[in-house]
Amino acid sequence: MDSVIEALPKFWDGFTTTLFLAVVSGVLSLVFGTILATFRVSPLKSLRIVGATLVEIGRNTPLTLVFIFFVFILPSMGYILPLGRVPAIIALTVYTSAFVCEAVRSGINSVNVGQAEAARAIGLGSNQTLSLVVLPQALRTVVPPLINVLIALTKNTSVAAGFAVVELTATGRGLARDYPPDVIWMLLGVAFFYLVITIPSGTLAGYIERKVVFSR
Amino acid sequence: MEHSGSATAANSRLGKPLVELKGVNKHFGELHVLKDIDLTVRRGEVLVVIGPSGSGKSTLCRAINRLETIDDGTIHIDGQLLPEEGKGLAQLRADVGMVFQSFNLFAHKTVLQNVMLGPIKARGLKTAAAKEEAMGLLDRVGVANQSHKMPAQLSGGQQQRVAIARALAMRPKVMLFDEPTSALDPEMINEVLDVMVQLASEGMTMVVVTHEMGFARKAAHRVVFMDDGLIVEEAEPEKFFTDPTSERAQDFLSKILTH
Repeated sequence: MDSVIEALPKFWDGFTTTLFLAVVSGVLSLVFGTILATFRVSPLKSLRIVGATLVEIGRNTPLTLVFIFFVFILPSMGYILPLGRVPAIIALTVYTSAFVCEAVRSGINSVNVGQAEAARAIGLGSNQTLSLVVLPQALRTVVPPLINVLIALTKNTSVAAGFAVVELTATGRGLARDYPPDVIWMLLGVAFFYLVITIPSGTLAGYIERKVVFSR
Repeated sequence: MEHSGSATAANSRLGKPLVELKGVNKHFGELHVLKDIDLTVRRGEVLVVIGPSGSGKSTLCRAINRLETIDDGTIHIDGQLLPEEGKGLAQLRADVGMVFQSFNLFAHKTVLQNVMLGPIKARGLKTAAAKEEAMGLLDRVGVANQSHKMPAQLSGGQQQRVAIARALAMRPKVMLFDEPTSALDPEMINEVLDVMVQLASEGMTMVVVTHEMGFARKAAHRVVFMDDGLIVEEAEPEKFFTDPTSERAQDFLSKILTH
């Protein structure tokens, strides 16, 4: 136990790195995922095809392969990225955006088609229809699945441990090596710090869900 | 297609053609829902479209602001060909009010916001001006005291009156009503019809798909009877209801007027 207290500064460094990866990739994924979702419901067929292709690539490729692509393959083709957080954030964003897109798209599809028809009938263009009428209503159904996606993302940041990012999991691995008798405690410490991120996310989701509720 | 002499006389009092459909065809897969439809609605005219369900009357109404695409033929509104998509279409739709069977009020916005959204976002009106006009319209349809409620808190009749105010807020050249009272409880039908009768008396150009024969008799200049994707008969309401020419119209009227 004492060794865990002793290792707290290291845990803290790992925790802040994990939190950084999760928040930055999370925000980027929400943005790109929503844009992808608007592609997938666009009246233009070409945009729909682009959206569907990117989603299928993102969600059907194992996350480790996505990391390998951005950490090893892309640099070998001459596109040098700084090692560490940058390729990790790119890989996590590419992967997570696909899942965000599908959550948002199912939310868009849950909105009664009459809402979009009424918006078009008063002269709103397709972008205004989506942003002013459909997406705000989709938000309610989208919050729970989106939080699932973001919690999965938080745990997925651990893949970065294999690619030169010292986040929580890498920290735990190092500490387990430094304090062999306390392996269990070190790993429990790692698990605890993940919970510090994921459990409040779930609570926040419940709060947002209640805030955006309205009856149809 | 039959034309009665008196209908022509009544039409001569009306203005220039506002909505013109020529040779309009529409298929849903195998089903031919609109067959070579020619129809002209003149400025100030109140046209009632009736017919059995599945006759194509709703599709016709929705085709006029292109919520349904058509396979061939042309639709002109105020002399302008209906654009296929994009900004032109949005602009034209702003001039064509639409009232739906299921109201379709924006569920996440208050009654007042529902009425203000179009004028602000599609017409570029300032918020204060839009609000003043919206409150005036809500007052006109008798729901001004509900302006800060959400749509789901209103009765069906109130929601439909808000929907009419929302359409009127765009100052449309023509109003389309797609079975506006079919989803309402019986005791709420009249409050909506009253608003529509008043609109008609103020000279609004209206295309109304409805089963309300009383409204047709009271407010319509012309009745169009559709069956199986065709315009079977068109006549003045009194002529149509008392002395329909076609067998299909006679058959339809005998079915709905016996009770």
